[in-house]
Amino acid sequence: MSSQFSATHQELASQLAWSRREFLRTGAAMALGSTLLQNPVALAGISTKKRKIVVITFGGGARDQETFAPEGQENIPHLMRELIPQSTFFTQVVNRGILGHYVATASLATGVYETINNFASLPPEHPTVFEYFRKDLKRPSTDAWVVAPSNGFNRIGESNNRAYGPGLGASVILPKHLLTAAMSGRATDYEHLLRDNYETPLFAPDLGGNEFQLRQLEMMLKLSVDDFKAHALTLSSPDELSVYIARRLMRQLAPSLLWITMHDIDIAHAGAYSLYIDGIRRTDRLCAEMWKAIQSEPEYAGNTTLFILPDFGRDSDDDSGGNGFQHHRTGDALSRTTWMMALGPGIREGVVYDRPMESTDLVPTLGSVLGFSPSLAQGKPIAELL
Amino acid sequence: MSPRDLKPEQFSGYPPEARKLVTNYIAALHRLPLSFLPSLLRECIEYDYKFPVERKALERELANLNSLSAEQLQQWLKDFAEIHLSAALDNFDWINAPAQFVEQLSSYLWTTHQLDAFRAAAIAYADRLHAAVPPEPPSAPRLGITVVGQGVTSYDEPLFRKLRAHGAYYSQVNPENGLRVLLEAVAVRAKAYPAPYAHWYVDGGKQAECDAALTTVSYAALEPARTALLGKMHAEIDRPGMGPEALRTRLAQLRPADLAFSSGDEVLDRFRIKMLTEGSGTQIFSTTFAQWTAREALRRAQPLTLLVRFAPRQRQKPMNELLAATLEPAELDPVGSLVDADMAAYYNWLNQQRLPGTNQSSFLVWFEGHAQALVIGPATPRATSSASATDLSQLLSALA
Repeated sequence: MSSQFSATHQELASQLAWSRREFLRTGAAMALGSTLLQNPVALAGISTKKRKIVVITFGGGARDQETFAPEGQENIPHLMRELIPQSTFFTQVVNRGILGHYVATASLATGVYETINNFASLPPEHPTVFEYFRKDLKRPSTDAWVVAPSNGFNRIGESNNRAYGPGLGASVILPKHLLTAAMSGRATDYEHLLRDNYETPLFAPDLGGNEFQLRQLEMMLKLSVDDFKAHALTLSSPDELSVYIARRLMRQLAPSLLWITMHDIDIAHAGAYSLYIDGIRRTDRLCAEMWKAIQSEPEYAGNTTLFILPDFGRDSDDDSGGNGFQHHRTGDALSRTTWMMALGPGIREGVVYDRPMESTDLVPTLGSVLGFSPSLAQGKPIAELL
Repeated sequence: MSPRDLKPEQFSGYPPEARKLVTNYIAALHRLPLSFLPSLLRECIEYDYKFPVERKALERELANLNSLSAEQLQQWLKDFAEIHLSAALDNFDWINAPAQFVEQLSSYLWTTHQLDAFRAAAIAYADRLHAAVPPEPPSAPRLGITVVGQGVTSYDEPLFRKLRAHGAYYSQVNPENGLRVLLEAVAVRAKAYPAPYAHWYVDGGKQAECDAALTTVSYAALEPARTALLGKMHAEIDRPGMGPEALRTRLAQLRPADLAFSSGDEVLDRFRIKMLTEGSGTQIFSTTFAQWTAREALRRAQPLTLLVRFAPRQRQKPMNELLAATLEPAELDPVGSLVDADMAAYYNWLNQQRLPGTNQSSFLVWFEGHAQALVIGPATPRATSSASATDLSQLLSALA
């Protein structure tokens, strides 16, 4: 490790935030949030019951220099040109927890830095946002859904907390798991696709929990197995399949709380830079597609807040302990510091806030928007969105 | 067990040179905290199979630790001493399995939110060590060469973007016999500055003919080992109770003989096999293999000369093609590989710049078969470009 990189995390995180803010102000004509009053009209006029939230994790971790830094903007044209100008953007979202995708997503969903084994099929230890939402607001199981990338995420929907837990969480759809079932018996070479934990690509934990079953495709999503398979054959990536299923869910069940975890970007673990960039560009496009879908679905248009945030970043080129974009193992500032954008009714458009916040602040914020109390979450509601 | 209770006979499982090393310094090892010592032992246990530069650095580090007074040592390692360890780690067989201990420690540091503290302690220690035992300068200025784009007929996007600010870009380079010119230049340096493992040629495909004095690693030559390794990986994951961490441990324990691989140079064979067993993606993509091998060669052997030639990797099939289950053999992806290699060239330069002698080091990257190249050297103007006709010999001469 070199002394030239021994600046504190706080200093580096601030530098990162500064570079994003300056770029956004010049490149996307955003205003600096600290110069504005807090938004006094957030979601005013929309009853709590009608409000909906979609959360997209900009999956697999992406770094500044491939996204918001000047040299990276070519990879996120949809975020830059379409979404950011409509959003309130937070430049400094710090993840102080474990930088593994499942455990980090569980932390995002509970508002507590979870310490569960990233590679085991375990539920979060603290109540998830889905449990707070359903229990506090007495919502049915059809009102909270998770679309997740791989088998490892099958327990993300509900915790093992005694006061919440089984029966109170979200239904989890693992589109690729559905593919496994749908394609069973067919001689294909897609096994490694189905085991898409890119960090340990040969493993797929055993399933358990409240995952969606193949037969429910037809019953709940009005989608035959044949149509599902036929559509899958037109898609180039697992995240595209996730978005397809998410849109189907929106159309058929219109859940009030929908959580989509993207994961294509994590191909970076294989060390091929071009594939990592392809993943970022695809995720950028899919985020824009989801926003368009929100605006075009009658149940969602005008009453839905979209949150987009990565679970964390990736290692810096400057840290000799890592290997640049390939992994997220050093715990350096670049791998811990990410961003978040929020779009929707009552959200101030084109504003940048660069104060530090934590990724655990998401759940309390969702609680304030939808009207439930995430009592065990550690974060704080984001005042600029309330 | 506490480090202060260490006895020489407990290292009987170490290879002979490593055993001798730790026995010589056992008094120093007694004084080290458990959060630190296994990381050092992880290096010591590999001593017999380390490159000369690594051996020397390890010997100097141990000698330095041995020379510190109790008060100095407390200052050097107090942050490590404050790291709290679990009973499981205390009871781990860290003498015989230090690498596995470090893996467990890493996991424990993440879950107990002590990673930042450990990281700060490691940086502070490295800084102190660097000041107390400055790394020795190289015996000659280093030269790094990266060759990218093999198999690409045309490419319109700008290349070497991350490197341009640091050097001079040339757009009219005569590509004729380019690879031969570069390999001959490396051979000349090997003769001028002879030393073991000081001049390397890494190829992401099939190795071109080259001087026997060069240390070589090629993806094609490792194909049988790679196939054997993938077979072992599949067999391992089918075993009951096998998980990702356990698999990593098993792979790290594999030796060249386990993969029927032997060139007669145990040090180099171990290095070659580690590229496959410890790298991520190196078993699948040749571009990743070449980049990771270059990184590890620079970090460990600290060569005076390193030529890395990238070759096309296999194409990553999109989901719909995988589902369609065509039986066609894997295609290559030359353009994607060029993008990979372009970034890897930047990493090769960064990793070279981390070594002693930075101010005198030079670097050249060339788009194979084409007219684009970039050079970085002590006398090279930065952020410049030239459309004047030149060739690789002239560029190398300017760097010499």
